[in-house]
Amino acid sequence: MGPVLAGVAQLLALMAALALVYVPLGTYMARVYSSDRHWRVERWIYKGIGANPDAEMRWAAYLRGVLAFSAAGVLFLYLLQRLQGSLPGSLGFSSIEPAQAFNTAASFVTNTNWQSYSGEQAMGHVVQTSGLAVQNFVSAAVGMAVAVALVRGFARSRTGELGNFWADLVRGTVRVLVPVAAVAAVVLVACGALQNFSGIHEVGQFMGGSQAWNGGAVASQEAIKELGTNGGGYFNANSAHPFENPTPFTNLFEIFLILVIPLSLTRTFGVMVGSVKQGYAILATMVTIWAGFTALMMWTEFAHHGPALQAAGGAMEGKEARFGVGASSIFAVSTTLTSTGAVDSFHSSFTGLGGGITMLGMMLGEIAPGGVGSGLYGMLIMAIIAVFIAGLMVGRTPEYLGKKIGSREIKLAACYILITPALVLVFTSASLALPTPPHSMLNSGAHGFSEVLYAFTSASNNNGSAFAGLNANTDWFNTTTGLAMLLGRFLPMIFVLALAGSLAGQRPVPATAGTLRTEKPLFSGLLVGAILIVTGLTYFPALALGPLAEGLA
Amino acid sequence: MTTRTENHEDSMSTATPTRAPHSDVPAGRTPAEGRAGTGLFHPQQLLTSLPDAFRKLDPRVMVTSPVMFVVLIGSVLTTAFSFADPGDWFGWTISAWLWLTVLFANLAEAVAEGRGKAQADTLRKAKTDTVARRLLGDGSEERIPGAGLTIGDLVVCEAGDVIPGDGDVVEGVASVDESAITGESAPVIRESGGDRSAVTGGTKVLSDRIVIRITTKPGETFIDRMINLVEGAARQKTPNEIALNILLASLTIVFLLACTTLTPFADYAGTHLTMVVLVALLVCLIPTTIGALLSAIGIAGMDRLVQRNVLAMSGRAVEAAGDVSTLLLDKTGTITLGNRQAAEFVPVRGTTEAEVADAAQLSSLADETPEGRSIVVLAKEKYRLRERHQGELVGAGWIEFTAQTRMSGVDADGRRIRKGAAGSVLAWVREQGGTVAEDADEIADRISAAGGTPLLVAVQDRTGARVLGVIHLKDVVKDGMRERFGELRRMGIKTVMITGDNPLTAKAIAEEAGVDDFLAEATPEDKMALIKREQAGGKLVAMTGDGTNDAPALAQADVGVAMNTGTSAAKEAGNMVDLDSNPTKLIEIVEIGKQLLITRGALTTFSIANDVAKYFAIIPALFAAVYPGLDKLNVMRLSSPDSAILSAVVFNALIIIALVPLALKGVRYRPMSADRMLRRNLGIYGLGGLIAPFLGIKIIDLLISLIPGIG
Repeated sequence: MGPVLAGVAQLLALMAALALVYVPLGTYMARVYSSDRHWRVERWIYKGIGANPDAEMRWAAYLRGVLAFSAAGVLFLYLLQRLQGSLPGSLGFSSIEPAQAFNTAASFVTNTNWQSYSGEQAMGHVVQTSGLAVQNFVSAAVGMAVAVALVRGFARSRTGELGNFWADLVRGTVRVLVPVAAVAAVVLVACGALQNFSGIHEVGQFMGGSQAWNGGAVASQEAIKELGTNGGGYFNANSAHPFENPTPFTNLFEIFLILVIPLSLTRTFGVMVGSVKQGYAILATMVTIWAGFTALMMWTEFAHHGPALQAAGGAMEGKEARFGVGASSIFAVSTTLTSTGAVDSFHSSFTGLGGGITMLGMMLGEIAPGGVGSGLYGMLIMAIIAVFIAGLMVGRTPEYLGKKIGSREIKLAACYILITPALVLVFTSASLALPTPPHSMLNSGAHGFSEVLYAFTSASNNNGSAFAGLNANTDWFNTTTGLAMLLGRFLPMIFVLALAGSLAGQRPVPATAGTLRTEKPLFSGLLVGAILIVTGLTYFPALALGPLAEGLA
Repeated sequence: MTTRTENHEDSMSTATPTRAPHSDVPAGRTPAEGRAGTGLFHPQQLLTSLPDAFRKLDPRVMVTSPVMFVVLIGSVLTTAFSFADPGDWFGWTISAWLWLTVLFANLAEAVAEGRGKAQADTLRKAKTDTVARRLLGDGSEERIPGAGLTIGDLVVCEAGDVIPGDGDVVEGVASVDESAITGESAPVIRESGGDRSAVTGGTKVLSDRIVIRITTKPGETFIDRMINLVEGAARQKTPNEIALNILLASLTIVFLLACTTLTPFADYAGTHLTMVVLVALLVCLIPTTIGALLSAIGIAGMDRLVQRNVLAMSGRAVEAAGDVSTLLLDKTGTITLGNRQAAEFVPVRGTTEAEVADAAQLSSLADETPEGRSIVVLAKEKYRLRERHQGELVGAGWIEFTAQTRMSGVDADGRRIRKGAAGSVLAWVREQGGTVAEDADEIADRISAAGGTPLLVAVQDRTGARVLGVIHLKDVVKDGMRERFGELRRMGIKTVMITGDNPLTAKAIAEEAGVDDFLAEATPEDKMALIKREQAGGKLVAMTGDGTNDAPALAQADVGVAMNTGTSAAKEAGNMVDLDSNPTKLIEIVEIGKQLLITRGALTTFSIANDVAKYFAIIPALFAAVYPGLDKLNVMRLSSPDSAILSAVVFNALIIIALVPLALKGVRYRPMSADRMLRRNLGIYGLGGLIAPFLGIKIIDLLISLIPGIG
């Protein structure tokens, strides 16, 4: 089997597996968020944090829950890193410096998992397991909770109530993330991923010399790292590292984990709003973009010009020989179109256009299928924008799922789509205009520009992957990417929840033959177009000066 | 309409209306040209509106349109930079085209407003300096200027007087020429009491004398409001327009960010972008097309209504019309012709059709009601009965219809013929000691059940009194209504027929006309309850009405169209007034509302889709020098960087002017399902918007490259 065929075969296998679990997992999650029964372990947690899981919250209260919980998370993670030097089980690593500790805390709480450190050289067992791994679960659960609140905004009418944040948070963790991650961890261990608490070993190298490697609860963290679209690697090499991602099968399995919840959430959405077809339309939009990007990526990576690339069968630089071009392309597209940011190959070594595809994927707002929860709410915001622009063309004022898109709704949706472009463009241009930050760039010219652009695109969209080359562990980058992550995560959430509150308060408009049919393929096509034009065009000049300049040369 | 609720027993009592209130052909001064989608636009309007376009350059006016305000600032900036470098032809040319862009936007609005101004001038003539004859407490009159009247004043108007203000007739009957407002030259009757008591200031009394109680302050009269409306002075942004402006503003901010941050990006890449180039890029990217045409679209929508003699009191109502999902339509005049017509003569056992026809014809000769005339016509056409004239029957005694007897007829040649409501005729026959055929009731019931109205015909002659047969009066559904309702259904609009008929009759007519639902024996309360029920389900409701007891329902409905012949209470309550008083127009109003929204959406989509081509023109022009690979993006193969940027700016300006006619006329509208409409419009304005600028910019570039010294 040639490498192209192998890539396509893996793609088909992946899609089949995702299709298989779509209905059961999506329906299950809808039940999780709609049930009025509590598990015993959940009751203990509610008692422990002093929350009443049955109290309905209006959007402001829900938001307060999200922000308070996340602020506590940032503070805890920051202190844990600052105190690492005096904590047991830290493999002798010292405390993390303030700027980097802030950056890392912001990074894991925002589901970004941008890492300006090397895991194996900085973080001990305690920080990894009780700090970073915990946030891998709860930051994902927060994203799902906010998405579910927005879905309730569509599903409910004439009420301002969006459910209970604490119940959504705990259920998402206990009933969805933990069980699936546990099974996934076992699979990974069975396939050879590392899972222990061993200390540092000196390992002799094949070519002479030696390396120091520590063990750790790698497989368990790897499972939630992908499932929760987190992406923060236990080791610096992330999913390219054989301890994290040993075989081609685990590679495909990890891609599956990345995509499974964001895609299945469209089913949850469909069930909760009472029309699974609406979920299919959103799913179709996500899959169209994802499949298109994957095809484009494979094409640019396989289209090998020059003797070295031809000898390797494609653009193999920075890719693992055990995965090859096809699987690496699927992984790269999947990790950047979700908010994951895990990498099994080095995006800076992709072809110029390939690197551009990874950036464009993030720039679209990570909505195809996007991060757990954040992908769904981001896509629904785009659906609102698309309905607003094109919906008028059926001769009615715009409505989506029976809710009118009036000036309040469009104001909130417009604010949402303004935030990440503002963060990316302002921070990138500041980094280029100031005298010191450009020193972090490894390359000059268009590729150097891409390094910086990628960093802020990744941070602001809460992706977390890095383009490599850029030394991000400076005060400037630690601080600005940290801010970009926090603002890029929580400002949109404010607008999403306010929007959910506004939608939930509306009286639904019944659908008639004159209503725009948002469950039809035509609407999915329209949505794809709106996403590519509205968000894509924002970044066209920036992309032209980075990856396009490089890729078209 | 509820004041004219039909009672099938009472069919003969149809009062002759003051003028045909439901004429099917609107007789306005601008004949409505059928469907929505027509409108007048002449290129010379662009020229005549030019001064207004310049006047609108005032920044205080411009700031209401955020997109165009940004273009204005850009124009000022590039002009200032051109002054700093006077030898730079490129800067001057770009500046000139940016100014033209702003001007074209203002021109679009000015043209849209200009069409209303002409109308306003005509109206103003109608209200110039009237003199009011105010009645004093002692019965004497004083002459004061019309502007000095206050609410509650009593004024006298006689033949030849112009009515000095809005009010109600409290004494007398007069014929009034309302052509100043409606364009309809036939005079109308205004009388005290009832639903025809409202008079409008500026109209002229043609005969008789009436006393009017003034109900509106001078300056706030109907004609004043009309002037404000057609001039656009009272225009406020509608909810959807506000929302769209927010989205356009946010897109402007996005592109503002993309352009301002481009400076450090370009510096890093080793090329410096001038202010002129940055502004040119920004103006090309922000949605100027829709930003420039947005208010013109709104004004033109109102204007299209005015052309159909409908006054919308707010733009909000026009927008709501597009969203309407339930139409309440009065049966009479809207669905059926105003009057019932004789359809057949049914004899009772023992008589012949010809006998019935003969008696029916005789008894109707003096009956001038449309029903009476239709009986004569039917007798002639179907039974070939020679039309006789009243004069032929010497010594005939004509019995007029009265509300008490509910019969009419004739006594002649020793025969006494009566026709009328079943109960009355039966009573009359029995009174005369006559016999009633046992199947008379049965026939009458059958006709009622089929939606018709039975009129009994009886005769008393030498053989005594007896019932001859039954005239079947039928509601005649207007031509084309069934198809119209079918279209509405496909558009997702439910039609509900409102009638005073009993449920049986109503059902039959509803089925014949093809409406979705009906409300029989409707009272104003029933109507109100129906509206509230529909609204509780999230639906928007439109209705027409003219009576005072319609006022609450008109106010409750999302789109309430008051007939101009109606009372001032009704006109006050509705948010639209139909000067032709033609309830069928409700359907057109809905179509105009939809057309307005479609036009707005189509041009927004077009405007945003345009950006793709502009990027492909400008980005390679700016950066191909430092990154030669980017020249591959120059898919249009534009001749030079300067020409590429200039072509994009010129296209951006010209497209505004090119689309002014579309903005004013509205996108062509055909009733169809939302799916088909979206597919069609996305194809034209989405795909078209993507492709058109590629062609347009290329053509402009070719022309520019022909200019010597450039290219």
